[in-house]
Amino acid sequence: MFKKVFIFIVLTGFALILFKSYSALNPEQGLNEVATRYAEKGPDEVGAANLVGAVLVTYRGLDTLGEVAILFLSASIIGFFLKVKLEDEKAPRKVRKTSEILATASKIITPVIFLFGIYVFINGHLTPGGGFQGGAIIASGLVLMLLANPVKKVNHSIISVVESISGFSFVILGITGIFLAGGFLDNDFISLGEFGKLFSAGAIPIIYIFIGLKVGSELSGIVSNLQETQKEEI
Amino acid sequence: MEQISLAHIALITGILLILIGLWGILSQKNIIKIIIGFSLFDTGTHIIMVSIGYLTGKTAPILDEAVNLKNAANEIVDPVPQALVLTAIVIGLGITALMLAYVLRLYQRRKTLEINNYNDLKW
Repeated sequence: MFKKVFIFIVLTGFALILFKSYSALNPEQGLNEVATRYAEKGPDEVGAANLVGAVLVTYRGLDTLGEVAILFLSASIIGFFLKVKLEDEKAPRKVRKTSEILATASKIITPVIFLFGIYVFINGHLTPGGGFQGGAIIASGLVLMLLANPVKKVNHSIISVVESISGFSFVILGITGIFLAGGFLDNDFISLGEFGKLFSAGAIPIIYIFIGLKVGSELSGIVSNLQETQKEEI
Repeated sequence: MEQISLAHIALITGILLILIGLWGILSQKNIIKIIIGFSLFDTGTHIIMVSIGYLTGKTAPILDEAVNLKNAANEIVDPVPQALVLTAIVIGLGITALMLAYVLRLYQRRKTLEINNYNDLKW
Protein backbone atom coordinates (compact mmCIF):
# COMPACT_ATOMS: atom_id res chain seq x y z
CA MET A 1 0.00 0.00 0.00
CA PHE A 2 2.73 2.42 1.02
CA LYS A 3 4.57 1.56 -2.18
CA LYS A 4 1.55 2.34 -4.35
CA VAL A 5 1.15 5.75 -2.67
CA PHE A 6 4.85 6.43 -3.18
CA ILE A 7 4.62 5.54 -6.91
CA PHE A 8 1.56 7.78 -7.25
CA ILE A 9 3.36 10.72 -5.62
CA VAL A 10 6.44 10.31 -7.84
CA LEU A 11 4.32 10.09 -10.99
CA THR A 12 2.23 13.15 -10.17
CA GLY A 13 5.37 15.12 -9.32
CA PHE A 14 6.91 14.18 -12.64
CA ALA A 15 3.70 14.99 -14.48
CA LEU A 16 3.58 18.45 -12.86
CA ILE A 17 7.18 19.21 -13.83
CA LEU A 18 6.64 18.05 -17.42
CA PHE A 19 3.32 19.87 -17.93
CA LYS A 20 5.07 23.10 -16.92
CA SER A 21 7.08 22.67 -20.11
CA TYR A 22 3.84 22.13 -22.02
CA SER A 23 2.57 25.59 -21.15
CA ALA A 24 6.00 27.13 -21.81
CA LEU A 25 6.31 25.69 -25.32
CA ASN A 26 5.81 28.33 -28.00
CA PRO A 27 6.32 26.87 -31.49
CA GLU A 28 5.61 30.20 -33.23
CA GLN A 29 8.94 31.82 -32.33
CA GLY A 30 11.89 31.78 -34.74
CA LEU A 31 15.17 29.87 -34.53
CA ASN A 32 17.46 30.67 -31.63
CA GLU A 33 20.85 32.29 -32.08
CA VAL A 34 22.93 29.11 -32.49
CA ALA A 35 20.57 27.51 -34.99
CA THR A 36 20.31 30.73 -37.00
CA ARG A 37 24.07 30.86 -37.31
CA TYR A 38 24.22 27.22 -38.41
CA ALA A 39 21.53 27.88 -41.02
CA GLU A 40 23.15 31.03 -42.41
CA LYS A 41 26.85 30.16 -42.27
CA GLY A 42 26.55 26.38 -42.56
CA PRO A 43 26.41 26.11 -46.38
CA ASP A 44 29.54 28.27 -46.75
CA GLU A 45 31.53 26.92 -43.82
CA VAL A 46 30.73 23.23 -44.01
CA GLY A 47 29.06 22.76 -47.39
CA ALA A 48 26.69 20.00 -46.32
CA ALA A 49 23.09 20.21 -47.53
CA ASN A 50 21.93 18.15 -44.57
CA LEU A 51 22.27 20.62 -41.69
CA VAL A 52 21.69 17.88 -39.10
CA GLY A 53 24.70 16.09 -40.53
CA ALA A 54 26.74 19.30 -40.50
CA VAL A 55 25.90 19.85 -36.81
CA LEU A 56 26.56 16.21 -35.99
CA VAL A 57 29.89 15.70 -37.76
CA THR A 58 31.51 19.13 -37.77
CA TYR A 59 30.02 21.65 -35.35
CA ARG A 60 29.40 19.09 -32.62
CA GLY A 61 31.81 16.46 -33.91
CA LEU A 62 33.41 15.93 -30.51
CA ASP A 63 30.03 14.85 -29.10
CA THR A 64 29.70 12.34 -31.92
CA LEU A 65 33.15 10.96 -31.14
CA GLY A 66 32.13 10.55 -27.49
CA GLU A 67 28.90 8.93 -28.55
CA VAL A 68 30.68 6.43 -30.78
CA ALA A 69 32.96 5.71 -27.82
CA ILE A 70 29.95 4.98 -25.58
CA LEU A 71 28.52 2.64 -28.20
CA PHE A 72 31.90 0.90 -28.49
CA LEU A 73 32.05 0.55 -24.71
CA SER A 74 28.58 -0.98 -24.45
CA ALA A 75 29.29 -3.32 -27.37
CA SER A 76 32.55 -4.51 -25.85
CA ILE A 77 31.00 -4.97 -22.39
CA ILE A 78 28.29 -7.12 -23.97
CA GLY A 79 30.91 -9.13 -25.84
CA PHE A 80 33.01 -9.58 -22.70
CA PHE A 81 30.00 -10.36 -20.56
CA LEU A 82 28.48 -13.00 -22.79
CA LYS A 83 31.80 -14.62 -23.62
CA VAL A 84 31.94 -16.71 -20.45
CA LYS A 85 30.64 -20.14 -21.38
CA LEU A 86 28.70 -21.94 -18.70
CA GLU A 87 30.13 -25.45 -18.38
CA ASP A 88 27.08 -27.14 -16.91
CA GLU A 89 24.84 -26.00 -19.73
CA LYS A 90 22.43 -28.56 -21.00
CA ALA A 91 22.42 -30.01 -24.49
CA PRO A 92 21.78 -27.68 -27.43
CA ARG A 93 18.18 -26.70 -28.02
CA LYS A 94 16.59 -28.24 -31.06
CA VAL A 95 15.19 -25.58 -33.36
CA ARG A 96 12.84 -25.99 -36.28
CA LYS A 97 14.27 -25.47 -39.73
CA THR A 98 13.38 -22.00 -41.01
CA SER A 99 10.67 -21.85 -43.60
CA GLU A 100 11.54 -21.97 -47.28
CA ILE A 101 10.12 -18.46 -47.82
CA LEU A 102 12.32 -16.81 -45.18
CA ALA A 103 15.44 -18.73 -46.23
CA THR A 104 15.05 -17.87 -49.92
CA ALA A 105 13.93 -14.29 -49.40
CA SER A 106 16.80 -13.52 -47.05
CA LYS A 107 19.32 -14.58 -49.70
CA ILE A 108 17.87 -11.99 -52.10
CA ILE A 109 16.99 -9.23 -49.64
CA THR A 110 20.11 -9.22 -47.42
CA PRO A 111 22.51 -7.86 -50.10
CA VAL A 112 19.93 -5.21 -51.00
CA ILE A 113 19.65 -4.16 -47.34
CA PHE A 114 23.45 -3.90 -47.07
CA LEU A 115 23.53 -1.84 -50.26
CA PHE A 116 20.78 0.45 -48.99
CA GLY A 117 22.65 0.96 -45.71
CA ILE A 118 25.79 1.92 -47.63
CA TYR A 119 23.74 4.30 -49.80
CA VAL A 120 22.28 5.95 -46.70
CA PHE A 121 25.64 6.71 -45.13
CA ILE A 122 27.40 7.75 -48.34
CA ASN A 123 24.61 10.28 -49.04
CA GLY A 124 24.44 11.36 -45.40
CA HIS A 125 25.54 14.92 -46.14
CA LEU A 126 22.85 15.46 -48.81
CA THR A 127 19.70 13.59 -47.77
CA PRO A 128 18.12 12.59 -44.46
CA GLY A 129 20.34 9.86 -43.12
CA GLY A 130 23.95 9.42 -42.18
CA GLY A 131 26.35 7.10 -40.46
CA PHE A 132 24.16 6.03 -37.57
CA GLN A 133 21.10 5.26 -39.65
CA GLY A 134 23.15 3.47 -42.31
CA GLY A 135 24.92 1.41 -39.66
CA ALA A 136 21.62 0.42 -38.06
CA ILE A 137 20.28 -0.67 -41.48
CA ILE A 138 23.38 -2.82 -42.05
CA ALA A 139 22.92 -4.45 -38.64
CA SER A 140 19.26 -5.15 -39.45
CA GLY A 141 20.43 -7.00 -42.57
CA LEU A 142 22.57 -9.19 -40.33
CA VAL A 143 19.54 -9.84 -38.07
CA LEU A 144 17.59 -11.07 -41.11
CA MET A 145 20.51 -13.32 -42.06
CA LEU A 146 20.61 -14.83 -38.56
CA LEU A 147 16.83 -15.30 -38.46
CA ALA A 148 16.98 -17.25 -41.72
CA ASN A 149 19.87 -19.40 -40.53
CA PRO A 150 19.95 -19.58 -36.70
CA VAL A 151 22.94 -21.93 -36.48
CA LYS A 152 25.16 -19.68 -38.60
CA LYS A 153 28.40 -18.54 -37.00
CA VAL A 154 29.31 -14.90 -37.58
CA ASN A 155 32.98 -14.21 -38.13
CA HIS A 156 33.95 -11.99 -35.20
CA SER A 157 37.45 -11.18 -36.38
CA ILE A 158 36.14 -9.36 -39.49
CA ILE A 159 33.71 -7.37 -37.32
CA SER A 160 36.41 -6.31 -34.87
CA VAL A 161 38.92 -5.45 -37.65
CA VAL A 162 36.37 -3.22 -39.44
CA GLU A 163 35.38 -1.64 -36.13
CA SER A 164 38.95 -0.87 -35.05
CA ILE A 165 40.06 0.49 -38.42
CA SER A 166 37.04 2.77 -38.81
CA GLY A 167 37.25 4.08 -35.24
CA PHE A 168 40.98 4.74 -35.67
CA SER A 169 40.44 6.51 -39.01
CA PHE A 170 37.72 8.69 -37.49
CA VAL A 171 40.16 9.99 -34.89
CA ILE A 172 42.97 10.37 -37.46
CA LEU A 173 40.68 12.46 -39.71
CA GLY A 174 39.80 14.60 -36.71
CA ILE A 175 43.48 15.19 -35.89
CA THR A 176 44.21 15.99 -39.57
CA GLY A 177 41.67 18.77 -39.18
CA ILE A 178 43.81 20.36 -36.45
CA PHE A 179 46.85 20.61 -38.72
CA LEU A 180 45.31 21.35 -42.13
CA ALA A 181 42.12 23.21 -41.18
CA GLY A 182 40.54 25.17 -38.34
CA GLY A 183 40.49 22.60 -35.55
CA PHE A 184 39.65 19.10 -34.36
CA LEU A 185 37.22 17.40 -36.79
CA ASP A 186 37.11 20.43 -39.11
CA ASN A 187 36.15 19.15 -42.56
CA ASP A 188 37.79 21.95 -44.53
CA PHE A 189 41.08 20.21 -45.42
CA ILE A 190 39.48 18.63 -48.50
CA SER A 191 37.94 20.99 -51.06
CA LEU A 192 34.33 21.76 -50.14
CA GLY A 193 33.25 21.21 -53.75
CA GLU A 194 29.95 22.25 -55.28
CA PHE A 195 27.13 22.59 -52.77
CA GLY A 196 24.59 19.79 -52.98
CA LYS A 197 26.68 17.35 -55.07
CA LEU A 198 27.87 13.92 -53.94
CA PHE A 199 31.54 14.98 -53.81
CA SER A 200 31.12 17.99 -51.58
CA ALA A 201 31.26 19.03 -47.93
CA GLY A 202 34.96 18.22 -47.52
CA ALA A 203 35.63 15.36 -45.12
CA ILE A 204 32.02 14.85 -43.97
CA PRO A 205 31.21 11.97 -46.39
CA ILE A 206 34.46 10.21 -45.46
CA ILE A 207 33.81 10.61 -41.73
CA TYR A 208 30.22 9.44 -42.23
CA ILE A 209 31.44 6.32 -44.06
CA PHE A 210 33.68 5.47 -41.10
CA ILE A 211 30.91 6.20 -38.60
CA GLY A 212 28.56 4.01 -40.63
CA LEU A 213 31.01 1.11 -40.77
CA LYS A 214 31.75 1.45 -37.06
CA VAL A 215 28.12 1.62 -35.94
CA GLY A 216 27.17 -1.19 -38.32
CA SER A 217 29.93 -3.49 -37.09
CA GLU A 218 29.26 -2.66 -33.43
CA LEU A 219 25.54 -3.37 -33.66
CA SER A 220 26.25 -6.53 -35.68
CA GLY A 221 28.67 -7.59 -32.95
CA ILE A 222 26.01 -7.05 -30.26
CA VAL A 223 23.43 -9.03 -32.23
CA SER A 224 25.76 -11.94 -32.98
CA ASN A 225 27.04 -12.05 -29.39
CA LEU A 226 23.47 -12.26 -28.09
CA GLN A 227 22.69 -14.94 -30.65
CA GLU A 228 25.67 -17.10 -29.71
CA THR A 229 24.63 -17.36 -26.07
CA GLN A 230 22.00 -19.85 -27.09
CA LYS A 231 23.19 -23.27 -28.15
CA GLU A 232 21.00 -24.26 -31.04
CA GLU A 233 21.01 -26.99 -33.63
CA ILE A 234 18.65 -28.08 -36.34
CA MET B 1 -12.05 25.56 -29.31
CA GLU B 2 -8.54 26.67 -30.04
CA GLN B 3 -6.62 24.39 -32.36
CA ILE B 4 -3.76 22.44 -30.79
CA SER B 5 -0.50 22.73 -32.70
CA LEU B 6 1.53 19.77 -33.92
CA ALA B 7 4.34 20.52 -31.47
CA HIS B 8 1.92 20.39 -28.55
CA ILE B 9 0.50 17.05 -29.66
CA ALA B 10 4.03 15.65 -29.90
CA LEU B 11 4.89 17.09 -26.49
CA ILE B 12 1.81 15.52 -24.88
CA THR B 13 2.66 12.16 -26.47
CA GLY B 14 6.22 12.39 -25.17
CA ILE B 15 5.09 13.31 -21.65
CA LEU B 16 2.60 10.43 -21.58
CA LEU B 17 5.26 7.99 -22.80
CA ILE B 18 7.65 9.18 -20.08
CA LEU B 19 4.98 8.74 -17.41
CA ILE B 20 4.03 5.25 -18.66
CA GLY B 21 7.70 4.28 -18.74
CA LEU B 22 8.32 5.60 -15.22
CA TRP B 23 5.24 3.75 -13.96
CA GLY B 24 6.56 0.57 -15.56
CA ILE B 25 10.00 1.01 -13.97
CA LEU B 26 8.51 1.62 -10.52
CA SER B 27 5.72 -0.93 -10.40
CA GLN B 28 6.65 -3.91 -12.56
CA LYS B 29 8.22 -7.03 -11.05
CA ASN B 30 9.56 -8.71 -14.19
CA ILE B 31 13.00 -7.38 -15.18
CA ILE B 32 12.24 -7.53 -18.91
CA LYS B 33 9.17 -5.35 -18.32
CA ILE B 34 11.30 -2.88 -16.36
CA ILE B 35 13.64 -2.66 -19.36
CA ILE B 36 10.64 -2.02 -21.60
CA GLY B 37 9.77 0.81 -19.20
CA PHE B 38 13.26 2.28 -19.63
CA SER B 39 12.86 2.02 -23.39
CA LEU B 40 9.53 3.88 -23.31
CA PHE B 41 11.03 6.59 -21.09
CA ASP B 42 13.83 6.95 -23.65
CA THR B 43 11.43 7.32 -26.56
CA GLY B 44 9.38 9.87 -24.65
CA THR B 45 12.40 12.09 -24.04
CA HIS B 46 13.34 11.85 -27.73
CA ILE B 47 9.86 12.97 -28.82
CA ILE B 48 9.93 15.86 -26.34
CA MET B 49 13.34 17.04 -27.60
CA VAL B 50 12.26 16.96 -31.24
CA SER B 51 8.99 18.74 -30.45
CA ILE B 52 10.85 21.55 -28.65
CA GLY B 53 12.88 22.19 -31.82
CA TYR B 54 9.77 22.20 -34.02
CA LEU B 55 8.52 25.46 -35.54
CA THR B 56 5.06 25.72 -37.06
CA GLY B 57 5.00 25.62 -40.85
CA LYS B 58 8.77 25.23 -41.31
CA THR B 59 10.46 22.47 -43.27
CA ALA B 60 13.18 19.93 -42.43
CA PRO B 61 16.75 21.28 -41.98
CA ILE B 62 17.95 19.92 -45.33
CA LEU B 63 18.96 22.63 -47.76
CA ASP B 64 17.70 21.33 -51.10
CA GLU B 65 15.26 22.77 -53.68
CA ALA B 66 12.54 23.17 -51.06
CA VAL B 67 14.56 25.80 -49.18
CA ASN B 68 15.73 29.19 -50.39
CA LEU B 69 19.42 29.32 -49.42
CA LYS B 70 19.41 33.07 -48.78
CA ASN B 71 16.47 32.83 -46.42
CA ALA B 72 17.24 29.42 -44.91
CA ALA B 73 17.12 30.60 -41.29
CA ASN B 74 13.44 31.53 -41.66
CA GLU B 75 12.35 28.36 -43.46
CA ILE B 76 13.77 25.44 -41.47
CA VAL B 77 13.20 23.93 -38.04
CA ASP B 78 15.97 23.78 -35.44
CA PRO B 79 18.63 21.19 -36.50
CA VAL B 80 20.39 20.99 -33.11
CA PRO B 81 17.76 18.97 -31.16
CA GLN B 82 17.44 16.59 -34.11
CA ALA B 83 21.19 15.95 -34.11
CA LEU B 84 21.07 15.36 -30.34
CA VAL B 85 18.16 12.93 -30.63
CA LEU B 86 19.92 11.08 -33.44
CA THR B 87 22.83 10.26 -31.18
CA ALA B 88 20.51 9.60 -28.23
CA ILE B 89 18.59 6.95 -30.17
CA VAL B 90 21.77 5.00 -30.92
CA ILE B 91 22.98 5.29 -27.32
CA GLY B 92 19.54 4.14 -26.13
CA LEU B 93 19.81 1.09 -28.36
CA GLY B 94 23.26 0.25 -27.00
CA ILE B 95 22.18 0.68 -23.37
CA THR B 96 19.06 -1.43 -23.89
CA ALA B 97 21.18 -4.19 -25.40
CA LEU B 98 23.55 -3.92 -22.41
CA MET B 99 20.68 -4.25 -19.92
CA LEU B 100 19.30 -7.26 -21.81
CA ALA B 101 22.73 -8.90 -21.73
CA TYR B 102 22.87 -8.43 -17.94
CA VAL B 103 19.40 -9.93 -17.60
CA LEU B 104 20.41 -12.89 -19.73
CA ARG B 105 23.36 -13.61 -17.41
CA LEU B 106 21.24 -13.10 -14.28
CA TYR B 107 18.65 -15.52 -15.60
CA GLN B 108 21.24 -18.14 -16.47
CA ARG B 109 22.65 -17.91 -12.95
CA ARG B 110 19.46 -17.80 -10.88
CA LYS B 111 16.74 -19.04 -13.25
CA THR B 112 14.37 -16.22 -12.29
CA LEU B 113 13.33 -12.86 -13.70
CA GLU B 114 11.44 -11.70 -10.59
CA ILE B 115 13.10 -8.54 -9.27
CA ASN B 116 12.18 -9.38 -5.65
CA ASN B 117 14.43 -12.45 -5.74
CA TYR B 118 17.48 -10.27 -6.33
CA ASN B 119 17.93 -8.71 -2.90
CA ASP B 120 21.74 -8.87 -2.61
CA LEU B 121 22.01 -5.06 -2.69
CA LYS B 122 19.03 -4.43 -0.42
CA TRP B 123 19.65 -2.67 2.89
